[in-house]
Amino acid sequence: MKPVKATARNDHLLFVVFAVVVLAMPIWLAPLGAGYPDLMQKFAIYGLFAMGFNILFGLTGYLSFGHAAFLGVGSYTAVWSFKLLGMNPLPAIALAVVTTGVFAWVIGYISLRRTGIYFSILTLAFAQMSYNLAYSVLTPITNGETGLRVLNDDPRILDHMVGRGEADGSLVATLFGVEMNGMPGFYFCAAFLIIGMYISIRIFRSPFGLMLRAIKTNQNRLNYTGVSTRPYALTAFVISGMYAGLAGGLLCVTDPLAGAERMQWTASGEVVLMTILGGAGTLVGPIIGAGLIKYSENIFSAFNEQTLHGIFAFLPDGIEGAVVSVAGLFVGEGWHLTLGLLFMIIVIFLPGGLIEGGKRLVDMTGRGPRGGGGGRAGDAAPQAAE
Amino acid sequence: MDAILLQILNGLDKGGAYALIALGLTLVFGTLGVVNFAHGALFMLGAFCAVTVNQLIGLEQVTQDPTQLTPWGTPVEIREPYIVSWLGDTGLLILEYSVPVSILAAIPVMIVIGLVMERGLIQFFYKRPHAEQILVTFGLAIVLQEIIKTLFGANPLPQTPPDALRTAADVGVMFGFEPGQIVYPWWRLVYFLFAALVIGSVFAFLQLTTFGMVVRAGMADRETVGLFGIDIQKRFTVVFGLAAVVAGLAGVMYTPILPPDYHMGMDFLVLSFVVVVVGGMGSLPGAVAAGFLLGILQSFASMTEVKSIFPGIDQIIIYLVAVVILLVRPRGLMGRKGVMEG
Amino acid sequence: MVEFFTPSRRGVLKGGAALGAGLAAPTIFSSRVWAADYLNKPMGDTVTFGFNVPQTGAYADEGADELRAYELAVKHLNGEGDGGMLNTMKPLALTGNGVLGKKVAFVTGDTQTKSDAARASAKRMIEKDGAIMITGGSSSGVAIAVQSLCQEAGVIFMSGLTHSNDTTGKDKRRNGFRHFFNAYMSGAALAPVLKNAYGTDRKAYHLTADYTWGWSQEESIKNATEALGWETLEAVRTPLGAGDFSQYITPVLNSGADVLILNHYGKDMVNSLTQAVQFGLRDKQVNGKDFTIVVPLYSRLMAQGAGENVKGIFGSTNWHWSLQDEGSKAFVKSFGEEYGFPPSQAAHTCYVQALLYADACERAGTFMPCAVVGALEGHEFDGMGNGPTLYRAADHQCFKKVLVVKGNENPTSQFDILEVVQEVPVEQVTYDPAIFGGDLGECNNGA
Repeated sequence: MKPVKATARNDHLLFVVFAVVVLAMPIWLAPLGAGYPDLMQKFAIYGLFAMGFNILFGLTGYLSFGHAAFLGVGSYTAVWSFKLLGMNPLPAIALAVVTTGVFAWVIGYISLRRTGIYFSILTLAFAQMSYNLAYSVLTPITNGETGLRVLNDDPRILDHMVGRGEADGSLVATLFGVEMNGMPGFYFCAAFLIIGMYISIRIFRSPFGLMLRAIKTNQNRLNYTGVSTRPYALTAFVISGMYAGLAGGLLCVTDPLAGAERMQWTASGEVVLMTILGGAGTLVGPIIGAGLIKYSENIFSAFNEQTLHGIFAFLPDGIEGAVVSVAGLFVGEGWHLTLGLLFMIIVIFLPGGLIEGGKRLVDMTGRGPRGGGGGRAGDAAPQAAE
Repeated sequence: MDAILLQILNGLDKGGAYALIALGLTLVFGTLGVVNFAHGALFMLGAFCAVTVNQLIGLEQVTQDPTQLTPWGTPVEIREPYIVSWLGDTGLLILEYSVPVSILAAIPVMIVIGLVMERGLIQFFYKRPHAEQILVTFGLAIVLQEIIKTLFGANPLPQTPPDALRTAADVGVMFGFEPGQIVYPWWRLVYFLFAALVIGSVFAFLQLTTFGMVVRAGMADRETVGLFGIDIQKRFTVVFGLAAVVAGLAGVMYTPILPPDYHMGMDFLVLSFVVVVVGGMGSLPGAVAAGFLLGILQSFASMTEVKSIFPGIDQIIIYLVAVVILLVRPRGLMGRKGVMEG
Repeated sequence: MVEFFTPSRRGVLKGGAALGAGLAAPTIFSSRVWAADYLNKPMGDTVTFGFNVPQTGAYADEGADELRAYELAVKHLNGEGDGGMLNTMKPLALTGNGVLGKKVAFVTGDTQTKSDAARASAKRMIEKDGAIMITGGSSSGVAIAVQSLCQEAGVIFMSGLTHSNDTTGKDKRRNGFRHFFNAYMSGAALAPVLKNAYGTDRKAYHLTADYTWGWSQEESIKNATEALGWETLEAVRTPLGAGDFSQYITPVLNSGADVLILNHYGKDMVNSLTQAVQFGLRDKQVNGKDFTIVVPLYSRLMAQGAGENVKGIFGSTNWHWSLQDEGSKAFVKSFGEEYGFPPSQAAHTCYVQALLYADACERAGTFMPCAVVGALEGHEFDGMGNGPTLYRAADHQCFKKVLVVKGNENPTSQFDILEVVQEVPVEQVTYDPAIFGGDLGECNNGA
């Protein structure tokens, strides 16, 4: 599937390089203005989210439009764990993953009775129901618009047992005395990202992964040969949901607040975009896509006229004014416009995502090992059962 | 009783909008096989045709009154629409009817937008996977809505119906109820009739003209029609234009009901997909029926009596119906058996 | 460790030492020995404020107006322009020479009117841009979420437009301050006016946006009107952003109610009001009385397009540009000269918040959050548009006059949507801080 042969050795190399790059983020992101803890945490968390989504969409071709619901369920579970058990992130993460797994199993069990766009609509419907209810009638559980937070008078049984019940100041997830915000929070997330990557590589290379790809290529043929594909698809769906739950849990570890908006359908759309932007079906593509989108969200939206004038100050006055007003359309208030254009350009010219773009570049410079035929897993494959 | 009748009326005008949007969506899907996430944006663009026409007709001559000053020291501006200073009362009348008048402008504008969209972008995606169609049209929808936001701002811009239709009609009296018991805004009744008219015309066009016949044949079996030497592609382009016009008109006429803002397309998008699926992918009558059905169901679910039994039901009813339909009858209400069955 | 991101250090980064500093970052996180006496202490000759406003979504226009006000405030603080309210504010410690001798710089961010995004944006300002104070926002959910973030991080939060009782009630925080009024005050201010206009024998029907702010307002208005003798027939929750409210409006028609109270804001308010008028509610006679509509929280910016429909409808606002006191006149003048139109109430509250914060720093002689909190708590001031005002120490809520307004019957310009009916004196809207519970907690310097 990849131009470089997928041998065990190459996978090890990929994994080690990946781990080093992730852990070194604070160094190489600093010159890009992104080396601050919150954004790096988001890179790791949404990287996990997209990675999980990719196991479903990239391998089986099932396009879920409701993955944000799992992110939300993971978040709410984690915060409830903080509230009831205490501020230790490990039980919170474990519970988030398990609960989301169960939730994903239920939704997957129902949704996977259909394929193609019907599957997408089913997942979308479930996610929208979750979001609408979380925002309104489920407020006792979710705290609605404001978002679920940990309060000082919550039970936090474990904390009280070890005598840390009375927090002076704010409540932050704490692991072995280290507060999980700032850089420790990032390394905590990064550790999970690296573990997630390892699992993802194993799945991609396993017979199970092969079966999932077969579902994408031609589900009917599999069915005709007497293979029941649904258990495989359901397993992929649940795994992918658990990744989302983990991401949701981590969001709350680094910042103990769970908002309903993260379940909105646009949030589901965002993870689809991340995956496709980077390259669906590739191992690292979705993570690159997630990083790029979070980067533009945080950096472009922060530009304002003042900063633009600063950037273009070298231009002559008249031209500078014009350039700033044109550029102003695409940043700050207009960063959505940039995002929309980015999607269109990527999908039109680089349907395989940035990974494919990178490969093409390598090929053009003549150093590529093979022609661009590899691209994505099942590039020309028709949509399952359409 | 009256409460139920009122909710049915509510369902009808809401359903009219759903049906009009879903009609174009399913038409494009049935003919071109394209999942168009920018369809909601077409609805929004239609609505902003009405806003633009209103602003053009109401273009104001600004004169300054130096005797009066604003609190920040500039002369107070006196604004009068040019059309009123030129045509007097006739001008006022035109201004008053700006929403219906915009239909005249919206038809050519929407055709052009539709054709440009199809030729410029959509045609390159016929053979691409649905996921990519969804993404590229989703990106387009964002771009379109951001352009509108840049031009018109983010606040809703209420449009007024003509004075005669601004109030509510006493519908109940016509059916022997007490006066004042069942009143319903004139404009919403007009909207329902308008929706019925447009839907009727689209069906008539597809059923009664040769062009429509070819399109229908193309929807059923594209390759065979191609083998007859008919350039189905060209006709499908026209179909896309038609879908754009229907969505646009739905938007124009909806402006007095729902003050348009740049985001209204997205608000209707998910909903209209649900309508299409419930009706049956690629089924025109299904889309219409599902539109009205979901409109009415949504109205009923919002009744306090219902909500007290199922709290929050009004928030999820549409999706609940979609899930149930997809599970028990995957081809939708009126989808053909075996076609697009997931 | 967040010290790593202070402005001076960013200069070092730009200077090419990025690699070394980056390598150092992981090793400093575990100890806070490096930390100064408070988070983001301004080291250079500038101090950075963080303006966190909605730039996308339904409140983008309101956010844009807030940003205009902030930019104007920064100008005035730095001694540019005509000084605006610096000329009318009493007492005044500011000199028009920045704050504590440092020029004011600012960073902006997009809340998207989502608590998640707002917190991410605020975190960026605190962690990366070294903002010493965060301000802005256009909804209570965001305000509460960002306020608790600022409390945890150890910077000051000066909320923008937030009307829920919770912001300075059960969710109040020591580091957070609100100038805007709240739902309780709306109810207390509106009730006597409604009594005069519509009598004591009324049956009310509420349509309420189904989220925290809506409930907060529904409860406050219900309590205030029921105290008058009004009966609440029904309170129906509507989904946020429902668009078409017809299915919620029709049951009003034959419910026997003669007042409709719309606990909606922004887009929902414009939509539900427009549609309610279309259903002929305002032409209706029920129980021998004219049917009326009340919009407890008005937004002029949003109502601008609703034109005809708002005429004669009562509501309340925090501030209106037609006020004739010195402070309002000065602010409207400099805002109008700068942008060509009058400021909204959101712009006003944001402008005032920025000035109040700067003034408190000047009086405290430091930017240290706990000292600033001390300077703001119990601070009394005047000349900012709402008459003599108190920043109450017990809940960090401003107490000042509240405006009861009415849709203008004869507007003279497109901005002249509302007319002020009454400036309700502060005594009438003051309440016991205990009624909403909550705990301010300790102030946090972040170090």
